[in-house]
Formats: sequence, C-alpha cells, structure tokens
Amino acid sequence: MSPRVTLAVARRVLIQLRRDRRTLAMLLVLPCLIMALLWWMFQDKPSFGFGVLAPALLALIPFIIMFLVTSVTTLRERTSGTLERLLAMPMGKGDFLLGYALAFGLVAALQSALAVTLSIWALDLDVQGPVWMLLVVAVVDAVLGSALGLFVSAFARTEFQAVQFMPALVIPQILLCGLFVHRDELPPFLHGVSDVLPLSYAVDAMRKVSGDADPAVWGDLGLVAAFALAALVLGALTLRRQSE
Amino acid sequence: MKSGVDVSDLRVVRGGAEVLHDLTFSVEPGEVTGLLGPSGCGKTTLMRAIVGVQRISAGRVTVFGEPAGAASLRARIGYVTQAPSVYDDLTVEENLVFFAAVLGVPRDRVDECLRVVALEPERGRVVRALSGGQRSRVSLAVALLGEPALIVLDEPTVGLDPVLRKDLWETFHRLADEDAAAFVSSHAMDEATRCDRLILLREGRIIADDTPPGLLEKTGAEDIETAFLDLVARAAS
Repeated sequence: MSPRVTLAVARRVLIQLRRDRRTLAMLLVLPCLIMALLWWMFQDKPSFGFGVLAPALLALIPFIIMFLVTSVTTLRERTSGTLERLLAMPMGKGDFLLGYALAFGLVAALQSALAVTLSIWALDLDVQGPVWMLLVVAVVDAVLGSALGLFVSAFARTEFQAVQFMPALVIPQILLCGLFVHRDELPPFLHGVSDVLPLSYAVDAMRKVSGDADPAVWGDLGLVAAFALAALVLGALTLRRQSE
Repeated sequence: MKSGVDVSDLRVVRGGAEVLHDLTFSVEPGEVTGLLGPSGCGKTTLMRAIVGVQRISAGRVTVFGEPAGAASLRARIGYVTQAPSVYDDLTVEENLVFFAAVLGVPRDRVDECLRVVALEPERGRVVRALSGGQRSRVSLAVALLGEPALIVLDEPTVGLDPVLRKDLWETFHRLADEDAAAFVSSHAMDEATRCDRLILLREGRIIADDTPPGLLEKTGAEDIETAFLDLVARAAS
C-alpha cells in the first residue's frame, strides 16, 4: 500500500462525483430536506418527536446513502473491467478500499455538516454535547455504510441486485436500532440481535452526543469503526486478482 | 534469445468445460505475435492466463521467467481488454493521469502516450462522449503508460477505420522494435500479414504456429484465411 495510490483513488472518485452534478446535488441537499420534513411533521406535537428522532436520522442518513452509492460504484468498477485493470497493476487492495473510504468519508462529512447546521440553527435541534462530535459519528457511520456496500457489491452481478441488498441488510438494522422501539424494550432475542448490529451503536452514539453534555461515545464509536474495518477486510477478500 | 512468455501444456477449465487444451508456445521479445482464430475459440481466456488474471487448471505460464500473475510482473505488463476498461465519466486526460499515479510513472508519460494513440486533440473530452474507436485507444494509451515489456492486446483494432488500424499496427511494431513483446489477438484474418509470427487457435487448440510466409508455404494457400480453412479441413480428416 502507498499513500500515493490511495490518494489517487480518492481523488479520482471525487472527480467522478463532481462531474455527476445531479448525484452531488442530491447527496448534499436530500439529507437537509429530510431533516426539514421530520421537523415539519412534529410541528403540532412539540413535546415529542423531532428532538428524539433527529439524532437517529443524522446517523442513519449517511449510513444508508453511502451504502447505496458505494455498492453501485464498486459494482460498476467490477463490471467495467477497471477493477481488473487496477488489480493487474501494482496497486494494493488496501489502496483501493481506503481510497474509496476516504473519498466517501469526505463527502459524508460535508453532507452531515450541512444537515447538522440546518438542524441546529434553523430547526432548533437541541444538542447537549459538542457539535463536532455529531460530525465525527456521522463520518464513521458513512464509512461503515461504504464498507458494507463495498462488501455486498461482490455478491451482485447487476445494479438491480446491488440495490436489493439495501432492504436485506439495511432495513432490519433500521428497525432494530432503537428508532421505533427502544432497544431495551425489544423481545430478548431481538435485543440480542440488535446488540450485534453496527447501526445500533451508531444511533446510540448520536443520541448520547445530542443528550449529554459530556457524552461517552468512544466505546460506541469504536465498535462502529471495528465493524467498518471488518467489512473492509471482508471487502478486500472479495477483490480477487484471479477469476475462474 | 531471452524469453518473453513461455506457455507449456496450459489447460484451462471454465464453468466445468475445458476451453484450452494443453497449449504450448512462446512469445518472443522484439516481435509482434498475432493470435488469430474465430470468436469463441479461447483467445481472451489465453490472454487472461498470460496476464495472470485467469486461474489455470494445469500446465505452466511464465512471463520473463516468473509465473504469470506474480506481483513483480504487474508493472511490466500492459493489458488491453476487448471492452475498453477506462472510466466513462472522466476525461481522457483524467483517466491517464489517474492510472499514471497508480503506476507511479511521471506525468510526461501521459502526453507521450496520448501522442502515440493520436488522442491529443481529445484529451479534455469525457470518455463517454467519444466514439468506440477513440475509447479503445484511451484504453490502449493506459496500457502503454508503464512502458511495458510485454503488451497484451485483445482485439485492439475492432471497429477502427483502416487508416487508424494501419497506424496502430505500426505502433505495435515500434514497441516491438524497442524490444517489447507484443501479443495481439484478432479474428480478422486479413490482419495476419501484419504480424511477425502467427498462432492460429481453433476450439482451444493451436493449429498453426509459424511466420505468415512460412504458413503460406506450408499450406500452399494464397492467403492466411485460405490457409486457416485448409488447416481446419486437414485437422478434421
């Protein structure tokens, strides 16, 4: 692995994104619109709602979007032959993965910065902890989404199949992450399941930052990062230099 | 003569069917070796085995004395797949700059390679907007970046106009003159005479391995296409 190659990959991914204006606009604007919609929904119910759900949503959005974007982009690399070409060059697999993680992590940081800014200053979201921590959690969530997306792209032959992994892998995590039913109140078995799903910790971390002036999030964050790393390692195993 | 590619008793099985049957031949530096045969005869599989991205079932493939696919070979082989493997949404120049960074070659190689494939005027255009022939030339330019000692080209001249085709073959010979080994496949038999040496492949078997004049002499045919048909008929009887 070399920083030169990692940065070249990240730079190239960003140039591709920049050229795709519509995708870029959606990446940056949609999360803000969703936050605004959530705020609007609870206008007549100020006691419960936005303040509780917004932190969870700020964790979910980068995760979901980066999962989709990465699974489709890397699938495209696999089918267009560019991945095979890169693997036939002196490029480490780690360079490829880290380059992607870096580029999408950066986009996620920008995306979350916009959504967080809007939520706090325009929508009056009450955040007890430091705001920068919200961003750190969002970026780690995005990297987790990217890592999982990259991994599943190995099991899809078409983009149709790739996006189907979203209901398969992402929606159950959304259901069990504590957004609908508090994780403590889930049936014991499902609680156990939610304990091994990375998104649960991502949402926990977001909630702690918004509800606690001195949030203890490093444990949750470390777990999310560990899941992301594991997914990246599994992803690396799917980048094969040789095929049947 | 130092060896380029040595293939011995190569057998490849794909999807349960044997597609290459015990092939033995070599590709020498300083020559343009043509791999000719109808579509589906195993040309691409053979090229992938040499580049080291195809798993082989039996036999041996060595490139410059090392097993195909060895990490040390990666910087020395340029491989151009049939479908151009470049990024559609980047410009010609951005593609080359990216691959140059991955290979660790200086930026001026980008200009040189653009010149070789005659794409300088298109350098700022997005690849998606180019014609099919231009796109495959971008892919070729990428393969040339690292000044490879072995260049493997899978049907590089498909869909190109005759002038460009002639130019590209001249490029391949120029590379060979600089002591690179060029291994070029084609299903167009009329391109055979542009090669220094020919390997005719049919249904995963080599039916001839000779120079173009040698092949004509041996079969008594007037052109390579007739020679090929003649060899097929002979093999069948």
